Amino acid sequence: MSLFVYLLTYLCIVVFLAAVVKRSLGYLTNPQHVRWEIYPVAHDGKRASYGGSYLEEVDWWKKPRKKSLVGELKVIFSEVFFQKAVWENNRSLWFATFPFHWGLYFVVVFLALLIVGAVGNLVSAGNAAWMALVVSATRIVGPIGFFLVILGALGLVYKRCSNNGLKNYTNFTHFFNLALFIVVMVVALAVWRTTDGDFSMARSFVAGLISFQMTPLGSSLFFLQVALAVLTIAYIPLTHMSHFFMKYFLYHHIRWGDEPNIGTPEVDKKIGIVLNYPVTWAAPHIAGHGRETWAEVATFNPAAKPETGKESH
Amino acid sequence: MSPRKNLKIKDISKNTEKLTSVAVEDLMPLPADFEEEEWAELPADLKEQYACILDDVMVLPIPKPKTKEEEEELVNKFISGMRKLFSKKDNWTFLSLLETTMEQCAKCNTCSEACHLFEASGENEMYRPNYRTEVFRRIYKKYVKKQPLAKWRSGDIDLNWQTVARLGELAYRCNVCRRCAQACPIGADNALVAREIRKIFSQEMGIAPPELHEKGSMLQLEFGSSTKMNSLVVKDNVEFIDEEFSEETGYEFKTPFDVEGADILLIHNAGEIMAWPENIAAFSIIFEAAGLSWTLSSDLAAYDSINYGVFYDDVQFARTALIHAQAAAKLGVKKIVLGECGHAHKALTVIADRVLPEGLKIPRESCFPILRDIVKSGKLKLDPSRNNFPVTLHDPCNLTRLMGIISPQREILKMIAPQFREMHPHGPHNYCCGGGSGYAIMSRNNIPEWRFKITGRKKIEQTLNAFSDCRGPEPKKYVCAPCSNCKGQYRDMIERYDLLEKEGLAYGGLVELIVNAMVDVNPGYIKWEEDY
Repeated sequence: MSLFVYLLTYLCIVVFLAAVVKRSLGYLTNPQHVRWEIYPVAHDGKRASYGGSYLEEVDWWKKPRKKSLVGELKVIFSEVFFQKAVWENNRSLWFATFPFHWGLYFVVVFLALLIVGAVGNLVSAGNAAWMALVVSATRIVGPIGFFLVILGALGLVYKRCSNNGLKNYTNFTHFFNLALFIVVMVVALAVWRTTDGDFSMARSFVAGLISFQMTPLGSSLFFLQVALAVLTIAYIPLTHMSHFFMKYFLYHHIRWGDEPNIGTPEVDKKIGIVLNYPVTWAAPHIAGHGRETWAEVATFNPAAKPETGKESH
Repeated sequence: MSPRKNLKIKDISKNTEKLTSVAVEDLMPLPADFEEEEWAELPADLKEQYACILDDVMVLPIPKPKTKEEEEELVNKFISGMRKLFSKKDNWTFLSLLETTMEQCAKCNTCSEACHLFEASGENEMYRPNYRTEVFRRIYKKYVKKQPLAKWRSGDIDLNWQTVARLGELAYRCNVCRRCAQACPIGADNALVAREIRKIFSQEMGIAPPELHEKGSMLQLEFGSSTKMNSLVVKDNVEFIDEEFSEETGYEFKTPFDVEGADILLIHNAGEIMAWPENIAAFSIIFEAAGLSWTLSSDLAAYDSINYGVFYDDVQFARTALIHAQAAAKLGVKKIVLGECGHAHKALTVIADRVLPEGLKIPRESCFPILRDIVKSGKLKLDPSRNNFPVTLHDPCNLTRLMGIISPQREILKMIAPQFREMHPHGPHNYCCGGGSGYAIMSRNNIPEWRFKITGRKKIEQTLNAFSDCRGPEPKKYVCAPCSNCKGQYRDMIERYDLLEKEGLAYGGLVELIVNAMVDVNPGYIKWEEDY
């Protein structure tokens, strides 16, 4: 059984990483899209405070552009950690989604602490001075995370069942996902209360994973917890919950993608590529004029009077 | 629960005469007692000819299928277009944006509260930004992506001709102001989905609102302007404007045309020439008084900045953008400056930025920073007391939320309009005028009534609230709406609700206010009469 759980964990980590890479590459290998930003653009420095942009300047292309990483981080921070948009636009949902997300953050920190603790076990047999701090933090952070996820997930289930607006847009997957989180966290709480109060078993398991020792572990309930947890981890990037990393592209590339095509030969090169893509749209103003590529179609004027010539260039 | 609010996603496929209707008693209340009437019944011949099965309005003329074969053809063409929408080569322009919205949305409906149509309609479910997207997403997952167990994982949908026809019409129940996208915590964009659906109908099925296509972008490509004015007529009209306004203002000016090597090619929305000539004249007066090197162009379409492709069709968009850039290149100007037209700003400055090839990358900028610099430079002698009446500013979505041009127009107003006050919310968080994405030029069947009852309702509320300290016919008030499309919507709303008589409300652009304050110009450039 122990071997199976170890192998399952390795497999799930691989699936998780592969899914993240596949989804990211799926986005990154798409053709260059047109600009479609929305203001405020967080990196626009002082202008971001009122939603302004470099386009407010005369001859903006001649002026140096100041991009503020701090500005971006501030917005991302308030969005990730406080769900600002939900707070401002969907307050009743915020009371459920806020504890749910914070619960997940606690669980992520809990996993990180387990890894640190496992490394401590491996390098100093758990005797290093800082290990006491790590063990104590793990004991606090873990249960808080499990509890908050359950609380938030129950709140989200309630909202999706009781709010007519949400009900219409809720399908089996939503309930399955929330139920999965609730089950995983309930089992984790049960393991903590009955089997692994100081998470030493969990640390030993992680140490076994890191060292490839696959030390046998002796609790069925713990096996169940690990199996459920790693399956959930593998499952997340396969679903819309992949927004935990896809948000980077949605914010940085699309919403804040205001980079002008000035002195950017790589953008010009990409424009050259996409304009040579074939066009197969079938409407009469596009098809049937003997033009095949975007460049040919875009420079063709289907309404031009004969004397002005058909080509618009 | 009202059936209007309890509309289900799958209802869109039902074989019923109408999906929903917004009852007058459900409309968002306004801060004034305006009389609203029930929707007029759409004419029987219209309903016979076109698929008028969504609500009480028909924007997109989808021929009503008469036989089983025609029903199937409609569905098949739609699916064919939808596949192209998810193809890298046919939809390189927006594929990444569409895919991420399809896959990442958590369906939390945080976007709903941000939508002025949803609010104005009394939260009619059809207007929820995610309703249209959810129908589209389910079709995509089941019929295009062919996701295993899609029915369970993503929700079920029946794809029949009613679904297709209603979804097409539903794509035109959105101003594409993207306020919903701004509110989304994840970055999904329901307004984009509305535009992508419009593309399927236009680019694949050859169906688009006539005002945008046959009488819009096609006329622009044929005559040079959707107004059907060719270059000779435009030059003639502008010459007439020069003469009329030189006489009226006492300020002699002449609008330059086709000046090779000028610093600036100014492109107006040609609709201004016919509907708001005072805007054309005001630009000429200011630019001449400031001593700028500038010109208009009489090249095909280069005297009309509109680009209706922005609203419904990528190919038409690209064609128009290229023509604008080619005119500038031909004249050898240093830059293109867009007049007071929001969508033209976004089209040529932002979207075309990754469309224009090397050689046509003429720098493009908004008129507002130049106007701000002129006003601040002291080149114009200005007397703000001439503008001593309540003024508020409408923020066109394309300029503000979608381009971040917020400050220049405010800096000007603070210098020249002593009683300037903001609407709330404003800047990038503004509400659309209700004419956004082309509706302001539509006056068929119930469309105007819909623009007043639903799309423009929030803007009326905002406007009246901005003047809450001075309601009534006096004092006279001015809504500065520096965008042709927004002005068209304001013009019609003011007329519909009699706001000139009841509230002393006039509307116009920013340049008119500047000229109104110029001491070198006869007083009274801005008028509150019915007709200029």
